[in-house]
Amino acid sequence: MKQFISFVIKEARHILRDKRTMLILFGMPVVLMLLFGFAITTDVRNVRTVVVTANNDYLSQQAIDRLAQSEYFMITHTVSSPQEAERLIRSQKADVAVVFAGRHKGIQMIVDGSDPNMAQQWTAYAQQTMVPLTQHSTPITQHLLYNPQMRSAYNFVPAIMGMLLMLICAMMTSISIVREKERGTMEVLLVSPVRPLMVIIAKAVPYLLLAFAILVTILLMARFVLGVPLAGSLFWIVIVSVIYILLALSLGLLISNVAQTQLVALLLSAMVLLMPVVMLSGMLFPVESMPVVLQWISAVVPPRYYIQAMRKLMIMGVGIGDVVKEVAILSGMTVFLLAIALKKFNVRLE
Amino acid sequence: MNILKYLIQKEFLQIRRNAFLPRLIIAFPIVIMCIMPWVMQMEVKNIVVDVVDIDHTVESQRLVRQIAASNYFIFGGQKSTYSEAMKDIEKGHADVILEIRDGKYLIAANAVNGTKGSMGSAYLSQIVGEGMARNVECGMWNEKCGMIEEGVRRKEEGEMLRAEEGEMLRVEEGVTTAENVSTLILYNKNQNYKLFMIPALFAIVMMLMTGFLPTLNIVGEKEAGTIEQINVTPVSKWSFILAKLIPYWIIALFVITVCLLLAWLVYGITPSGPLWLIYVLAMLLALFFSSFGLIISNYSDTMQQAMFVMWFFIVCIMLLSGLFTPTRSMPSWAYMTTYINPMHYFIDAIRTVFIRGGGLHEIAHQLSALACIGAIMAVWAVQSYKKNS
Repeated sequence: MKQFISFVIKEARHILRDKRTMLILFGMPVVLMLLFGFAITTDVRNVRTVVVTANNDYLSQQAIDRLAQSEYFMITHTVSSPQEAERLIRSQKADVAVVFAGRHKGIQMIVDGSDPNMAQQWTAYAQQTMVPLTQHSTPITQHLLYNPQMRSAYNFVPAIMGMLLMLICAMMTSISIVREKERGTMEVLLVSPVRPLMVIIAKAVPYLLLAFAILVTILLMARFVLGVPLAGSLFWIVIVSVIYILLALSLGLLISNVAQTQLVALLLSAMVLLMPVVMLSGMLFPVESMPVVLQWISAVVPPRYYIQAMRKLMIMGVGIGDVVKEVAILSGMTVFLLAIALKKFNVRLE
Repeated sequence: MNILKYLIQKEFLQIRRNAFLPRLIIAFPIVIMCIMPWVMQMEVKNIVVDVVDIDHTVESQRLVRQIAASNYFIFGGQKSTYSEAMKDIEKGHADVILEIRDGKYLIAANAVNGTKGSMGSAYLSQIVGEGMARNVECGMWNEKCGMIEEGVRRKEEGEMLRAEEGEMLRVEEGVTTAENVSTLILYNKNQNYKLFMIPALFAIVMMLMTGFLPTLNIVGEKEAGTIEQINVTPVSKWSFILAKLIPYWIIALFVITVCLLLAWLVYGITPSGPLWLIYVLAMLLALFFSSFGLIISNYSDTMQQAMFVMWFFIVCIMLLSGLFTPTRSMPSWAYMTTYINPMHYFIDAIRTVFIRGGGLHEIAHQLSALACIGAIMAVWAVQSYKKNS
């Protein structure tokens, strides 16, 4: 036991002495949370609008006033022909043009369609602004559950947790083991009286603690800086996260078995691990919009289940009974990966 | 000049002898270009709708059929009570609930993903609204009014409204005026999300290839100890760094060609502006990222450190560049950072050339900004390399 603890301390020193990496490790969650919480929004705001009008009649003036007053649009240019407006849009000086052709011809909107989602939203907002519908004209009531202000942070906080925990645990453990192989210090460790398995477990413990500290940082920031609710039980959030951290650690162990040099370990974790995590886990892009084949592939990407479970537990505040499926899959994957990693673990170096 | 030639030859030998790098350089752009456009769909579709139909009228059943027929929605099933449907949402099996009670429609959407929730509920209310408009045409308007008034009496919304004659008229007027607004969508007429994302993918591939490989280069030599041998030779700082940069420019040239070819062959998407401008932009971006990678490599002691620092910067540069979300929606402090973000200029310019068909005149501003930032970074890369440790 004493040996084990001194091994853990040795590994902790490795981490603590690398100040720059430490800074990144703790700076990364903070910066990502701030970026996703505040800067990354798809809200319609500050849409640069060109007004195309030949003769200023009362009706068009009224519509222009409405546009200018709204918080969504700002009128940057006034030109006299649609061609000029098109040129402005092409050179990225404007996003939308509103053409007033005359009293009976109605209004034409020219929209920069390069981003289809935004183009649709701009059109809808502009129509609503220029032609305000009378309220309560329809017996339709709309409710947005869990996230009535449509804040993107609600969606991204669980995703950031999924990405960072995976990155830190899998990448850092695999690299630290491979580095010892590369430098030749692994041989020294393996000929010491400590059992090889203990060496590996002792390597994982500091990263486990580190991941836990980062988890706490993220949760605190989410709650107190971003105002994201922690609606579900904290106990289960932590339990599910610990399962996920263990899963990431066993993945790291597996990578370190395969890779012989740091470069390969880094690239393996960055390209083979990080890309699918970011792209296929439903973090940024919804899984159900993908083609079926990719949906199948995403079924084996562990963060997908973690992010789903966290969205349910944290944001929707459902009980553990509703996330049983995700938790079961995660635990199954953990056991499976850990078994393979331990089975493939080499006591001898070639 | 001769020295430079040998140094470049050495770099290529080093890349070729690595078992992993040549395969990565060839496979990575191909894999990304073939898979990612399918993944990066921010389109909202396949929303599962649960219907709680308490009325059981002909109209409500027609509505259900319409929802099932729409390509945005998947009909999740009829539920007998609202709470039962709610259970479905909590389990993650459904996204939206539509409750029909006494001719009133309640749409409740899971808005954890704000875009999906709001767009789903907007589409659904559009379908419901169209259904009602059809009923109006069938002369069922009076019946509906009665229902509204009944609803008012129940005061479920806590607000009073009267379905008076005048109100109705104004509604009619609003509808007709709204129909007068026509929309012309420029450049991306079919609203194809792939067309929007493919230039962004060029940027991502270029960034990862010309960013990460140089980052690992010098620090790799440091760790292997071979840098000391270079340090004791008469090779100048400039030629050493230049010899490190040039291979990555050649790789960048190769990568962008592969990307353009694949976009054309796989998706049939070709740039609508001049091709040479795309190459110029790509080379300027490669200049920035390869210099930036070398700077980080020069200041780092271990590969792990270099990788983490680079990753940190790349994530920030990418997220704040307007690649996924419009920069204009950002708060002003975040918008300020786009003035020094080369990726922002690149994305703006390549989308102008690629999608909007702009020429040199339209992107002169972005080109000069990119060139400036790139030149500063290249000088810094040379300055930060110290021959004496």
